Amino acid sequence: MNGASPHAGPAEGRADDHHHHHAGDDACGCGHDHGPAKPFDKAALISARGLTLMRGNRLVLDHVDVDIHPAEIVTLIGPNGSGKTSLVRALLGLQELTGGQLSTVEGLKVGYVPQRFDIDRTLPMTVSRFLSLGHKKSRENLLSLLAEVGAGRCIDQQLVELSGGELQRILLARALAADPDLLVLDEPVRGVDYNGEADLYALIGDLRARRGIGVLLVSHDLHVVMAQSDRVLCLNRHICCSGVPDMVAQHPEYMRLFGPETARAFGVYRHHHDHAHGLDGRELPAGTHRDGGSP
Amino acid sequence: MIEPFLLRALAAGIGLAIIAAPLGAILVWSRMAYFGETVAQASLVGVALGLLLNIDVTVSVVVTTLAVAGLLIILGRQKIVPMDSILGLTHHGTLALGVIATTVLAGPSVDLMGYLFGDVFAVTQSDLWLIYGGAVAVLAAMFWLWQPLLRVAVHEELASAEGVPSRRVRAAFIVVLALVIAIAMKIVGVLLAIAFLIVPVVAARPFAATPEGLVIGAGIVGAASVALGLTLSANADAPGGPSIVLCMALIAGLSLAIAARR
Repeated sequence: MNGASPHAGPAEGRADDHHHHHAGDDACGCGHDHGPAKPFDKAALISARGLTLMRGNRLVLDHVDVDIHPAEIVTLIGPNGSGKTSLVRALLGLQELTGGQLSTVEGLKVGYVPQRFDIDRTLPMTVSRFLSLGHKKSRENLLSLLAEVGAGRCIDQQLVELSGGELQRILLARALAADPDLLVLDEPVRGVDYNGEADLYALIGDLRARRGIGVLLVSHDLHVVMAQSDRVLCLNRHICCSGVPDMVAQHPEYMRLFGPETARAFGVYRHHHDHAHGLDGRELPAGTHRDGGSP
Repeated sequence: MIEPFLLRALAAGIGLAIIAAPLGAILVWSRMAYFGETVAQASLVGVALGLLLNIDVTVSVVVTTLAVAGLLIILGRQKIVPMDSILGLTHHGTLALGVIATTVLAGPSVDLMGYLFGDVFAVTQSDLWLIYGGAVAVLAAMFWLWQPLLRVAVHEELASAEGVPSRRVRAAFIVVLALVIAIAMKIVGVLLAIAFLIVPVVAARPFAATPEGLVIGAGIVGAASVALGLTLSANADAPGGPSIVLCMALIAGLSLAIAARR
């Protein structure tokens, strides 16, 4: 086996190119039988089985299985306190788990866009410096990276001067800088207005198409799930339902979890407005790239 | 000709200004100012401990500062009251304990004011060796830790996700901070040590465009405040440490006023 941990799980010997992490003994307190664990999905970039997290006496995650494949957009939705952030932290390897196993393809590179980014106002830092933290990048490199996310004009601006939408694009650029196989975006449209939200979703769809990367998108906004999502996972400590967006919206578990009112308001965001806005708010004709840079 | 004691005071103050700048910047950016304030004031307990055990006060101060920092990190994990309250409690509790313990152990003759506000004019030649030896160690450590510290200050979780060992980096920073507090105590005392770290950073902020530019600016403000403060002190017979910090605060006020008018 190729550097796998001695705790390799049920998929031992099959997922040769996967690294396994055993997260301790199973300590599910929920008293029901979870049946035999499914094997790891060896086609997936990251495959998680039975992720369980207890915090004190509280069950935060209950036998959660997640698979994310290359060029696949998976949207994770769930109400506040449903364990979304814990699950993301677990997938990033930042969260100690009570039980479960994680398997990733060899050399998986993950780009991460965190939920909150409130840099202290006393910290002076330009966008270009921020993008270069930890790895030197040439200016051309940075400019093409920024053009890709439609924020080329921000390169010399201070981070604290950016608008919510600009900041999200810069964070996306940083996540892309390491040329990741998987993007993990925790509430990427937080602090972004309605049109900006649609633009960001369109950009994420573009990136998937252009780079062929897998995307895990976390959202508490149940009204809008981007149309490009291949699968929606609905989390409430455990995965209560999953499927294509329209299917999840009609799932009884989903209705029960969010209540008929909210559930009815669920909409799949289809990107169909007839114009876009530049970063300065100017209207651009439909189909124009915001930065005016790359096609 | 400048008096030797004044020269020693100047050398000690400028040495502190140089090492205070990078520490102060990280402290402010990481929103740890109140944390720093608390461990600095708790270091008075370390003074008492040094007097009790008859060991070098610098050593007991560093050890106590680290112990209190460790205690605060553990207390920070409880969920009963917010960290602010824990800091407020520890800050005043340890200060009271420090004042009582120092007075009781050393008797009424102890120079409590010297520990609280520093006695920069009493700096000896061997103190200077300690200050500059410590300064070299602190600068070397900060140079080595700078990139990871900066990344943790920008966003701790992002840094962790990108592979920076955030916890270890923070712990190393706190060890360096304890050393700087022990040095600062000799010059501005436990009550003003953190002001010496933070105020120059605030003063230099409006004129800096990069993190390193801000550190250099803070160092210049710190050194200038030492020179001005000691001049003020020598001429007006005012206490040295508070005079230095007052100059820093005036420069910061002026700087923010200029920034607000732009």
